[in-house]
Amino acid sequence: MKWPAMGYARARSLAELWSALETHGDAAQIIAGGQTLLATLAFRLSEPGTLIDITGIAALRGFSSNGQVLRLGALTLHADLCSDPLVKAHAPLLAAAAPLIAHPAIRNRGTLGGSLAYADPAAELPACMVALDATIIAASAKGERRIPAAAFFTDLLQTALAPREIIAAVEIPLTGRLAAIEEITRRSGDYAMAGLAATLTLDAGRILAPRLVYFGVGKIPVCAAAAAKALEGRSLDRAGISAAQQALADDLDPPHDLHGPPEMKRHLARVLTERVLLGFLNPKVQAA
Amino acid sequence: MIPITLTVNGEKVTRHVEPRRHLIDFLRLDLGLTGSHAGCEHGVCGACTLRVNGKIMRGCLILAASLDGAEVVTIEGLSESGEVADLQAAFVARNAAQCGFCTPGMVMTAAELLTEGGCPTRGDIREYLSGNYCRCTGYQAIVDAVEDTLRARGATP
Repeated sequence: MKWPAMGYARARSLAELWSALETHGDAAQIIAGGQTLLATLAFRLSEPGTLIDITGIAALRGFSSNGQVLRLGALTLHADLCSDPLVKAHAPLLAAAAPLIAHPAIRNRGTLGGSLAYADPAAELPACMVALDATIIAASAKGERRIPAAAFFTDLLQTALAPREIIAAVEIPLTGRLAAIEEITRRSGDYAMAGLAATLTLDAGRILAPRLVYFGVGKIPVCAAAAAKALEGRSLDRAGISAAQQALADDLDPPHDLHGPPEMKRHLARVLTERVLLGFLNPKVQAA
Repeated sequence: MIPITLTVNGEKVTRHVEPRRHLIDFLRLDLGLTGSHAGCEHGVCGACTLRVNGKIMRGCLILAASLDGAEVVTIEGLSESGEVADLQAAFVARNAAQCGFCTPGMVMTAAELLTEGGCPTRGDIREYLSGNYCRCTGYQAIVDAVEDTLRARGATP
């Protein structure tokens, strides 16, 4: 249906944003690309008093690398992640994940910061941030603070952001680790029924510090500790993959959702584990 | 009401819009440009696809109020420019439009694929168009039309 009646204000700088958030208080809702928010308005899943448009704030744009980290502004578009050479070179996991998000017309407007702030448990980018051990740079009128991605997603659609705090950027450490993402969807561009973003180091065929982050199987991106422990120090082979698949039983407690029962999600997670880990044996795999 | 000045199909337009007005209603109801279709109005069907600042977007997921200074091209503008005359002829030749409701969005999306270069396969074409729903054709004829145009423009898989 049509959107509800609401107010609209543009913030052209962070100073204007803090001032607008002060003025509008709890009625304020920040809008960036709006590709999720505006759809929820059509369903009356949210009814903000006033939308504060942050897309004109230059400080939230752009990306850069200093050799240690890749910093991506919150307003980085999914389409940028798909095609930018700097992202491809330094964060191939994000370059691989972005084409899985919705469709070209939505990737041309949807933002990285928006996806992370919305924190959909079936979305790709939150899981990638946890798998990459990224840092979320939050900003408010009081200044910036750094939040590890693993502590950022706190509950279903909930994050560690305080009221009147926004995501300014994310920092991805440049580790050169291997990384991959796979997901299973009913239709191209849908949210995943289940997905897996993984990073690991291969040292003479042995797996070191694997991070397996499943999405679409819980309230937040699920970092599978037992499966990681099962893989640590092992050689990457069928037996190792099988051990990780078995250990997953302790890591995942998927809810029943519209796609199916928990056991179906567990099955999909095991399938994804095999696909991703076998992919690392493929010499074409790129470094993270 | 929010004042906006933007360019629509090359013409400068100044209006006052309600914040709840999305771009498609702005174009259809305020400007009388009815080529962009309002389908699902929540970003799923793709019938409202058009160009904003040179890239395709969902018109139903954009506040008109946010478009001050933007450059919008609708199917009317794209048609008049002649940029997709060959694609439109291929749609006719391949019978890729039946009821026609999805066609403006399909053409807008396919036009962006045509500008991206490379040599898309049929699978790539389907993937690119996957956000545009057609309830008549079964897509085969649409993919045929886009593929014909790509090949005619020199892209070979």
